[in-house]
Amino acid sequence: MIRSLLFVPGNNPGMIQSADVFGADGVIFDLEDSVHIYEKDNARMLVKSFLRNHPIHPAKIVIRVNSVDSPFFSADLEAVVGDEIDYVLLPKARISDIKMLTEKLETIEKEKKLKKQIAIMPLIESAVSLVETEGIAEFPRVSALMFGAEDFTADMGITRTKQGKELAYPRAKIAVACHAYGVQAIDTPFTDVDDEDGLFRDASEAASLGFAGKAAIHPRQIEIINRVFSPSDDNIIWAKRIFEAKKEADQKGHGVFSLDGKMVDKPVISRAETIREKAIACKKWDDGFEK
Amino acid sequence: MKNSLEREIPDGKKPFISPTSYAERIYHSLPETRHDGNPVFLDDLDDAFKALDIKPGMTISFHHHLRNGDHVLNKVAHLIEKHDLHDINLAPSSVFPEYDLVPVIEQGRINDIYTSYLNGPVAQAIQKGFLKGNLIMQTHGGRARSIEEGELKIDVAFLACPSVDRQGNGSGAFGKSACGALGYGISDLYRAKKVVLVTDNVVDKLEKYQFDHRFVDYVVKIDSIGNPEGIVSGTTRITRDPIGLKIARDTSFLLERLNVLKNGVSLQTGAGGTSLAVMDQIGKRMAELNIKGNILSGGITSYHVKMLEAGLFKNIYDVQCFDLEAVRSFRENAGHIGISASEYANPFHKDAIVDKLDAVILGATEIDLDFNVNVTTNSFGSIIGGSGGHADTAHGAKVTIITSPLARARIPLIKEKVTTVTTPGEDIDILITERGIAVNPRRKDLLDKLTGTGLPVYDIEELMNLAHKICGKPMEIKKSSEKIGYVEYRDGTVIDSLYRLR
Repeated sequence: MIRSLLFVPGNNPGMIQSADVFGADGVIFDLEDSVHIYEKDNARMLVKSFLRNHPIHPAKIVIRVNSVDSPFFSADLEAVVGDEIDYVLLPKARISDIKMLTEKLETIEKEKKLKKQIAIMPLIESAVSLVETEGIAEFPRVSALMFGAEDFTADMGITRTKQGKELAYPRAKIAVACHAYGVQAIDTPFTDVDDEDGLFRDASEAASLGFAGKAAIHPRQIEIINRVFSPSDDNIIWAKRIFEAKKEADQKGHGVFSLDGKMVDKPVISRAETIREKAIACKKWDDGFEK
Repeated sequence: MKNSLEREIPDGKKPFISPTSYAERIYHSLPETRHDGNPVFLDDLDDAFKALDIKPGMTISFHHHLRNGDHVLNKVAHLIEKHDLHDINLAPSSVFPEYDLVPVIEQGRINDIYTSYLNGPVAQAIQKGFLKGNLIMQTHGGRARSIEEGELKIDVAFLACPSVDRQGNGSGAFGKSACGALGYGISDLYRAKKVVLVTDNVVDKLEKYQFDHRFVDYVVKIDSIGNPEGIVSGTTRITRDPIGLKIARDTSFLLERLNVLKNGVSLQTGAGGTSLAVMDQIGKRMAELNIKGNILSGGITSYHVKMLEAGLFKNIYDVQCFDLEAVRSFRENAGHIGISASEYANPFHKDAIVDKLDAVILGATEIDLDFNVNVTTNSFGSIIGGSGGHADTAHGAKVTIITSPLARARIPLIKEKVTTVTTPGEDIDILITERGIAVNPRRKDLLDKLTGTGLPVYDIEELMNLAHKICGKPMEIKKSSEKIGYVEYRDGTVIDSLYRLR
């Protein structure tokens, strides 16, 4: 489970080598927008060198390569794809791009004799990408989708606000598509790094729609994001009580039972199971506190 | 000759034994040197200099409250040169980069220098071997103790004073050069044979003052005692460095888990960006948990003031203000109390503030496998600071925490042996870095409390090896064998030597 993904510019050696210490579930080494065009080769070489030589890596590594239509796409892939990375984050993704990236990855994996298959995380950040979301999500290599609100609102010619009403539709569409195809939905970064309350509200909104995690552009955002996308202590306690009550009902041979005066049936148990799964992934199930 | 930490010390000096061995000896404090209570007012520092009949062999002291903006020390240094004086000992409580002492040192006019903090060109001149005598690095509390005991005998104290009234009382709270508390000059005021207050603001009457006229011989009014921009920074800022912020969050969480953050807590942190971030985190948690603390101490900043004014702490005990907000608070808040360096940290002061601290959060240039800390030199042996209150608070506080990145510019923090010992490992309890926490094995009680908290606790050697894995192990730098001075522990014993740079 990925709750938080920290963006780190690929040309910042200090940030790259300490990216693993901030508690993010994964790190995105960015070769695209945060790297100036003059620095593209520098960033590519630095990230490659870090992946091959540095003794300590983040838990999950995502590389945001430059888009398929850029002159840097192939060179980025050839430099950074290896057993060290988990995902390629593809900007401005369309169905045709995912096809091309899949083929490229297959070739590189074969040439480099990789031990694993690299997953694809398409970035939905234009109107046309959003329209193609379902088609993108169903690709076998796609195991997560990320929403990019800055580019999306720019593409739509609308203003991105802190309240985020304009993001309700794309978020809901992405969340539903992800759920339908069993892939994770990762929300867009919140860009005001000093506004902790705003980040909490924005992340909570995405979580309420079904997003599993959110990207961060500053390490101080991670704690809040992890908190929002982890089951709360109250939810864990509730789920545990559901399982205890179910055990008792099973012993008595009751299919449906009640807890605190409310009926507990299959969907409720299913919700408790989801909480348990997430809590286990966040190492919160045993005692209710994150380790 | 070696002390108990196996550090070479100059022959004939008292070797450091342990942080508690001073308790076995009897403290003889000299009586305070009251004068006739009628200070003479002059308009020219040179006139005071002549009247004082300053001679070779004398010791002249200063406080450092005007920090990088100090004009007083510089004017006295120029007078030493003008009067062609030699064999003068200096005892400034700290030495800042702007202090114009290099010419008189290079001309061979200065014998010993006693101070608690030193960096910049003066440090470089001393390490080139220009000082005739020794550089003696003391702690803030150790300096006050040595003056009170008569170990450091001050002939003349030139004390910069932002406001002086017509009776000769002095305050740092008012005037164009206001710097707030004047705590580091008070031992000098009470024990120096002659005391000169140097001011640029004479007022009719001060209702509140730290320098009492009964101890003052001369008041000299000059145009300007300091450059306000160098005296206090306009603002002090929390670090924005993500590593510093992470360390700060972990420190606050750790204090909570150690049950230190509770009603009545007394704390001290430094004034650096990471320390302020720790203070900010602690403040937020105290507000959330409705905890009311007792004492905040040390160098005071706007963040400390904010906590006092929010009712999170009962009192600030202030030896030195670091920014304009702290100066304002010192002037206006009844709960913001100025204290002397002796009341703050003298090991023999029965009611010293450092002994009341539940926790202190300090920095380190290096720490070693025995938890000895160096804040005096860098890993190349260059003097870049000094104890200040480091060793004093580390000993006094119930829990002493060092916060630092595991490596700075590819130089690992943890060494097998530190280049210079400033604070003995026996007084250091916990090291917090961005990649893990180490607890001194002497503090099994703390280790037990942290078990099961989810905090990443390692053996300090494991953390050192982790740093070596990331940065490589640096080549050992050989010290010169020529000593240029030594580091005193707070009780006056010698904890380490200082060397000429190769």
